[in-house]
Amino acid sequence: MTAQSTDIATYNFAYLDEQTKRMIRRAILKGIAIPGYQVPFASREMPMPYGWGTGGVQVTASIIGPDDVLKVIDQGADDTTNAVSIRAFFKKVTNVAVTTDTASATIIQTRHRIPEHPLTADQVLVYQVPIPEPLRFLEPRETETRKMHALEEYGLMHVKLYEDIAKHGRIATTYAYPVKVEGRYVMDPSPTPKFDNPKMHRSPALQLFGAGREKRIYAVPPFTEVVSLDFEDHPFEVQTFDQPCALCAAENVYLDEVILDDHGGHMFVCSDTDHCEKRRNAPTSPLWGGRAEGAGGGLDQSTPHSTPTPAPRADPPHKGEGKEIR
Amino acid sequence: MTDEPLLRVSALSKFYGSRVGCDNVSFDLWPGEVLAVVGESGSGKTTLLNCLSTRLLPSSGTASYRMRDGQFRELYRMSEAERRFLMRTDWGFVHQNPADGLRMTVSAGANVGERLMAVGDRHYGRIRATAVDWLSRVEIDEDRIDDEPRAFSGGMRQRLQIARNLVTGPRLVFMDEPTGGLDVSVQARLLDLLRGLVTDLGLAAIVVTHDLAVARLLSQRMMVMKDGRVVESGLTDRVLDDPRAPYTQLLVSSILQV
Repeated sequence: MTAQSTDIATYNFAYLDEQTKRMIRRAILKGIAIPGYQVPFASREMPMPYGWGTGGVQVTASIIGPDDVLKVIDQGADDTTNAVSIRAFFKKVTNVAVTTDTASATIIQTRHRIPEHPLTADQVLVYQVPIPEPLRFLEPRETETRKMHALEEYGLMHVKLYEDIAKHGRIATTYAYPVKVEGRYVMDPSPTPKFDNPKMHRSPALQLFGAGREKRIYAVPPFTEVVSLDFEDHPFEVQTFDQPCALCAAENVYLDEVILDDHGGHMFVCSDTDHCEKRRNAPTSPLWGGRAEGAGGGLDQSTPHSTPTPAPRADPPHKGEGKEIR
Repeated sequence: MTDEPLLRVSALSKFYGSRVGCDNVSFDLWPGEVLAVVGESGSGKTTLLNCLSTRLLPSSGTASYRMRDGQFRELYRMSEAERRFLMRTDWGFVHQNPADGLRMTVSAGANVGERLMAVGDRHYGRIRATAVDWLSRVEIDEDRIDDEPRAFSGGMRQRLQIARNLVTGPRLVFMDEPTGGLDVSVQARLLDLLRGLVTDLGLAAIVVTHDLAVARLLSQRMMVMKDGRVVESGLTDRVLDDPRAPYTQLLVSSILQV
C-alpha cells in the first residue's frame, strides 16, 4: 500500500476543482444534519456515464484526503469492472492507497452492498444511487414527492408493500427496500438487497449517498435509527439462504448465484469477495485450510491497472437498475 | 346533531385575471345535507367546488369548516399540511373522471386501503378486511379486490372511487359530476347507491352537476349558477317545480321529456 510517486499535476487532487468539492461538502453536511433528506446539488459531468456511479464518485472525491485508504466494491465484489475502474480512477487522480480489505479502508465506495465485515466509526460508506426517490415509482411528479416528504405523507409507501402482499402473499420487495430514518424521512437505501438493511441501523460508520444523474445527496449519520417499513402482521424479514457459500462455507451472508455452464450448472457464493477470500485464506478455514487455487482467485494488488479477471456474474453493469417500473 | 352548520361560505370569489370564475358566493351547509350546484358548463360550478375543497385558493372571501372538535377553522388560513390531512380524513372528493381520483396501477384493495395507511394503519389483515367490506358496500365483487381499476368498467371505477373516499368515514364529500359519462342504467344504480350511502352515513355533500335529474334525486337544496354568480337557491323541489329566476326557468324547461 505504498503511495506511488506519480505526477498528477494535470488533475486537481481528486479530479474535482476545490469550489465544486466545497459545494458538495455543503450538501453532504446538510444531508448529515437532516438524516434521510435528499439534498439537491449541482452534479458535475464525470468521466464516466450516468448509471456507473457518478454520484458516489463525486461524494468520494469531495471527502477523500491524501491519508485515506479507499476500497471500492460493486455488488460486494472488488474485482468487477465498475469497482476496478473507479479504484483505478482514484488511484490516478489522488494517489491514495487503495485496498480490498474492508477493515483497513477508511472510505468504502459501494454499489449495492454493505460489506459483511462490521464497519467502524472511522469508516465512511459511500453509496452509488441510481434513483434516490423511494416514492418515484408510485408518484412520478417531483413537486408532489417533495411535498409528501415535507408533510411526512408516507401512506403511499405502504401501498406498495400492500400490493406486494396482495400479489405474492408476502412483501416481495427484495432490494431498494424503503426505510424510515430517525423516525422522519423515508429513504431509498439504494438498490442494496434488503439483507443489508439491518446493517444500516445504528451503524457506527457514516453513510453517504450520491445520485449523480438525479443530482441528490443524502446521508445517514453514525448511530442513526434506520427502520425498514413493514406491516404489523407482515413484519420485515431479510433473505435467507438454504445453503452456505460454495467457496468458503459461510452462513448468514448474502450469496450470489453464479452460472457455471450452459447446462444449468450453478452455485451460490458470497457476494462479498473480500469476506469470502479472507475466510478461504484463513488457516482455520474448514473447507480449504489454506490459499485457494483456481476458484475466484485473489486480486493482485500490485498491479491495479491490469485488466481484471471478469467475475462470473449474470448481471451486467446497470443503467438505472432493474427496479420495477409500474 | 348540533344546530350549527358544517361549512360556512361567505362572499367567495375567484377571478382568473379579468375573467370571473365565481363571484360572491355565500351559503351554509349543514351536517347530513346534500347541496347540488347546477348550471351550464362554464358557469363556475367546478371553480366553486375546487375553491371549497381547497384545491384552488379563492381571490377573496372566506370559508370556515367545523372540525370534529366543534371548532370552526378558516380553510384558507390552515397550513397546507392541515388541509391535506383534512382532505384525506374528514373529506372526500369524487372526480368526474375516476382516473383522476384513483391510482390506476395499483389494485382495488390498495386504492381503498391507501387512506387508511395514510392515517397510520399498519395492519395488513385489518386494511384488507376493511377494503373487502367497502367493496361489497359499493357492489364490487370481493374477488375483484386484487384487480387494477384499469380492468374495471366505468361504473365500477366510479363506485371504487366512492369507496376509496368514504373509507375513513368523512363528514363532507365533494362530487364533481359523479354520474357524468355513465350510461343511464349505470347512472341510476350509482345514484341509488349514493343516496343510500349518504343517508346511512349522514354525509354532507356538495354535488356539482349539470344534470337536473341528479340534483333532484340526490339533493335537498340546490344553487343555480350562471356566469359565476348564484342566480337562485332554495329547496330542490321548490326550485325545480317553481323556478323563479328566468335562467332557472329556461334550464328547467330545457329538460328533455322522454
